[in-house]
Amino acid sequence: MSDAALTLRVSGLRASAEAEAARFPALLARADQLAGTVLLGEHGRRRAGMGDDFWQYRPVQQGDSRRMIDWRRSARSDVQYVREREWQIAQSVMLWVDGAASMRFASEPGLPEKADRARLLALAASILLLRGGERVGLTGSALPPRRGRVQVERLAALFSQDGAEDYGAPEARGMLPHSRAMFVSDFLGDFEPVRAALTKAADRGVRGVLLQILDPAEEAFPFRGRAIFESVGGTLAHETLKASDLRDKYLERLAARKAELAQICATTGWQVQTHRTNASPQSALLWLHGAISGGRVT
Amino acid sequence: MTLGPIGFAAPWLLVALALLPILWILLRAVPPAPVRRRFPGVALMLGLKDEDSVTDRTPWWLLLLRMLAVAAVIVGLAGPVLNPRDASEARETGPLLVVLDASWASARDWPEKRDLLDAMLAEAGRDGRAVALMRLTDPEAPVFQAAETWRSRLAAASPAAWAPSEAQMEDATAVLGAEGFETRWLSDGLARAGRANLLEALEARGPVTVFESAAPIFALTPARIEDGTLALTVQRAQPGAAREVTILAHGRDPSGTPRVLSSATHTFAQGEVQGEVALPLPAELRARITRFEIAGQSHAGAVTLSDDSLKRREVALIAGRDDREGLELLSPLHYLERALAPAADILDGALTDILPASPNVIVLADVGTLSGAEQAALLDWAEAGGTLLRFAGPRLAASDVSRSEEDALMPVRLRVGGRTVGGAMSWGAPKSLAPFAEDSPFAGLAIPDDVTVNSQVMAQPDPTLADRVIAQLTDGTPLVTRKRIGQGQVVLFHVTANAEWSSLPLSGLFVQMLERLAISSAATLPDAEDLIGTTWQPVQVLDGFGSLQDGGTLPGVAGEALVADALGPDLRPGLYDGPDRRIARNVVGAEDVLEPVTWPARVPVEGLARPAEAPLGGWLLAAALLFLTADILASLALSGRLIPARAAALFAALMLIAPDAQARAAAEQSQAALSSEVTLAHVLTGDARVDDTARAGLLGLGQTLFFRTTVEPAPPVGVDLERDELAFYPLLYWPITPDQPTPSAEAYVRLNQYLRSGGMILFDTRDADIAAFGASSPNGAKLQRLAAPLDIPPLERVPQDHVLTRTFYLLQDFPGRHAGRPVWVESAPADAEQIEGMPFRNLNDGVSPVVIGGNDWGAAWAVDARGNPMFPVGRGFAGERQRELAYRFGVNLVMHVLTGNYKSDQVHVPALLDRLGQ
Repeated sequence: MSDAALTLRVSGLRASAEAEAARFPALLARADQLAGTVLLGEHGRRRAGMGDDFWQYRPVQQGDSRRMIDWRRSARSDVQYVREREWQIAQSVMLWVDGAASMRFASEPGLPEKADRARLLALAASILLLRGGERVGLTGSALPPRRGRVQVERLAALFSQDGAEDYGAPEARGMLPHSRAMFVSDFLGDFEPVRAALTKAADRGVRGVLLQILDPAEEAFPFRGRAIFESVGGTLAHETLKASDLRDKYLERLAARKAELAQICATTGWQVQTHRTNASPQSALLWLHGAISGGRVT
Repeated sequence: MTLGPIGFAAPWLLVALALLPILWILLRAVPPAPVRRRFPGVALMLGLKDEDSVTDRTPWWLLLLRMLAVAAVIVGLAGPVLNPRDASEARETGPLLVVLDASWASARDWPEKRDLLDAMLAEAGRDGRAVALMRLTDPEAPVFQAAETWRSRLAAASPAAWAPSEAQMEDATAVLGAEGFETRWLSDGLARAGRANLLEALEARGPVTVFESAAPIFALTPARIEDGTLALTVQRAQPGAAREVTILAHGRDPSGTPRVLSSATHTFAQGEVQGEVALPLPAELRARITRFEIAGQSHAGAVTLSDDSLKRREVALIAGRDDREGLELLSPLHYLERALAPAADILDGALTDILPASPNVIVLADVGTLSGAEQAALLDWAEAGGTLLRFAGPRLAASDVSRSEEDALMPVRLRVGGRTVGGAMSWGAPKSLAPFAEDSPFAGLAIPDDVTVNSQVMAQPDPTLADRVIAQLTDGTPLVTRKRIGQGQVVLFHVTANAEWSSLPLSGLFVQMLERLAISSAATLPDAEDLIGTTWQPVQVLDGFGSLQDGGTLPGVAGEALVADALGPDLRPGLYDGPDRRIARNVVGAEDVLEPVTWPARVPVEGLARPAEAPLGGWLLAAALLFLTADILASLALSGRLIPARAAALFAALMLIAPDAQARAAAEQSQAALSSEVTLAHVLTGDARVDDTARAGLLGLGQTLFFRTTVEPAPPVGVDLERDELAFYPLLYWPITPDQPTPSAEAYVRLNQYLRSGGMILFDTRDADIAAFGASSPNGAKLQRLAAPLDIPPLERVPQDHVLTRTFYLLQDFPGRHAGRPVWVESAPADAEQIEGMPFRNLNDGVSPVVIGGNDWGAAWAVDARGNPMFPVGRGFAGERQRELAYRFGVNLVMHVLTGNYKSDQVHVPALLDRLGQ
């Protein structure tokens, strides 16, 4: 019964993600880091190297083996040529989508939960990346980066699993050096794991984007009167007699958290963006597209 | 248990008040319950502190509010009573006599006295004492009965408009009987003879307590005329502090509406008991005054009625010739003006101009022939009560007026020429007056010797002559004759009004004779001797509260008693109508003086006010409810859940803003809609099927009207006769069912109003298939009962030329679902005749208020929502034709209602064409 429900959820998530992804051209991630990830992909590096596509003929230089000479071209002239192919590379993009309880929150019935929006955006971006020939996977060891349509289904299946913990911490293990990464979370929990993950990623030459997904209520704090605030998982609680007085302080802390995110991103070369669940997901996807495809949107 | 003026029915409940401090501590520890909210952002809030840590506990004022609510509940349940009756008073068990002055002076405080009496009786009833009531204005032997018996009669008791006379006080003393009893005397505070004796007699039988109001009593003595202005005397019984009183003069304004015509104020100085008030008023206004009243004093002593003595009569003088300008002493009116000016208002002018002013008297001095119009107008005026006074003279003597047959405006027939005695050319000496006969209005007047008559017009001897002579000469020839015309009279002096024919106008007798003829008013009250043998009928009498009641049912009063006797049950204060004049008997006479009663020091005197028991429990519980409501709002406000809109809604619910205000607004709106369109209506019978049929019928008729005519009615309306306003509907369709409720009297009033103001009711007994018109069917009998209170004119069958037959269609038959019963409408006037050459008579001017039939038109007209007929009519094509005729009847009916007899005006078409020259 639960398997059936899960299947239904997976297919629903995938359908809506496909719908989102269909609106964009194929995303070709820029691969400006060559070293490390040498597996061939469809990205021409605009230099000679290993690949399938013809790049140029050049005269034989010293050190070229005889086997490399293109006899057909050389026969038309007196000089011997070597046929070079364009060096192609496939980028790996590592995803981490926060599935913790804090993401399963929507302040109003009409709004999607943060987790829904996060999965939708992550999967849409994955589809774009996969369509562009990139390799997409999850950080950690659950799903290494792979290519192809099948990977979409695997991603969707893994996204649909809810985490048990109250606040999620980014998984920084298993990141391929010089790959790209995308972390989607609300970043409301403890900040130290985030800082550690980003520092570790930066150490490995991984660059990427942080997408902070927030509910409108989390940015507006429209509460008054006496209240006990509880985290979704129930592990944290805070009681106040006058919630309206708390608003300014809360907003201050939220702004401080955003500033921290911006600061750590500036340090590590990552990009950060905040997305509210009442905003259109397309704008966030557009930003993701831009940010991953070449850092043109900064 | 009592605390000050407050007693408690269940004082032990107050012990619960001791729990309040405990409650205080308990309530104080419980802050308002928080709201639990899921919020992921809580991670950011950890460690934040509230700024205001005091609100942690319930604020003290909220606690106080709750304490007050609880205290109010406790005290309210303990049954507090304000001014409880002191049960510790020694209970009397003997019989109790309550003596009431019940005079006009008691009337002002009568409600208080009645309340006091009620309380006394209730108390006596609880104590099981026998009680007797004695009214000194109508003393009867005291009958001791159960207090409740008296109490049930208390509402009907009212003070008399007179004061107990000495004789009545003596009667009261005489009937007291021998047994002992306690006496409570509700006095009116005025001294009068016999009080001391009665007090002694009462004290001999038991203790006496006097109850008296401390408020001053004011009285008004009859108005009199001093130097041409009205003067009144205001009195008060006790010389108290300075006080201002307002005297109002009531009367009818020219349109006949009773209103205050004038008012004046008098300020009593400190210690002053009597004051004069002058009311300068024009004679015209003065004649309209019916009574004077001290404002705010609702008793008969503060009212004084005005009678004829205040009225100056209006006398119009008209002379037959005005050709002797300058010779004033020879003017025919000079002596009349001199005689009447002090006592009457004199009008000058042409006869036709004066008559509309309706003077009391018109004097025609030597006027012979009157034109036909003048004659008719004078006759009408005289029949309505005017006095026409005619003087003879050369013109009258020369004219043919009343010569061969008696003129309507002459008391006798006149012989040609008249006669002259004692002149230079005659043998006889001037004639003097014979003594007046006993039945003459001049009876008793002394005749001066020097009054002689030289010339006169002579009366024809007629059978009636002897009755009409009221003064004659020594030789028996009539000098003054009189004839009654309707309510008025015509009086003829057979001499001139100047000194030409006699010396009568020069004498004082002339003035007296005019007074006796009530031509100039007598300002003084007649003596008792003057009135012996006359009977005076009360017109309006005063009750004790000073309001006027119709006196027509009271027996007449002998004249001598009217002016001489004291007021009492047989002679009530009021206005009396007698021969020639009206006399008012007022409660306080011109010479009466009010004096306060002085009770001996041994008699305890108490005020009227007795603090009433007032249970306070209800108020306290209501206050507790209010406190709790405020507590709800305050608690909501504290927990931040008091959103202004919700608070407003809560307040609206609390205030219970009258829901009928909205209903009324809706009703007004619908009334506006009804009045802006023609709306057909049917009377709701209570039978759902009949009502639905009627509604559908009017809907079908309305559609027909819409398609065929310019009448575009709104959807039909069912009318509840008891509640709905009828004025908006031109036509009411009233189907009769045998068991429908009969409308109430108010509904009939409105129905009659509706019929008189041009509405029409179509009665339909719906039984023409089985019964003829009349009470032969249940519906017919019901119609008879329903219509009996209605203002319905005589009816007739619709005649061939009734306007209903041609208001839109030409019809001779008015079938509905049934065909055959004649239809009845208001009958034509009896004098309607068919003019030669006209197609029909000129019938009723207006709309027949009812149309009565039994053809079940509603069923014939009825259509369902799709416009299809609901009921079959007849068979086949003939049936459809009948339905069509039914619709045509409906169209004609509505047209008749809306256009009246417009189509009848076709009778004028030939005349109009003729006038147009065609």
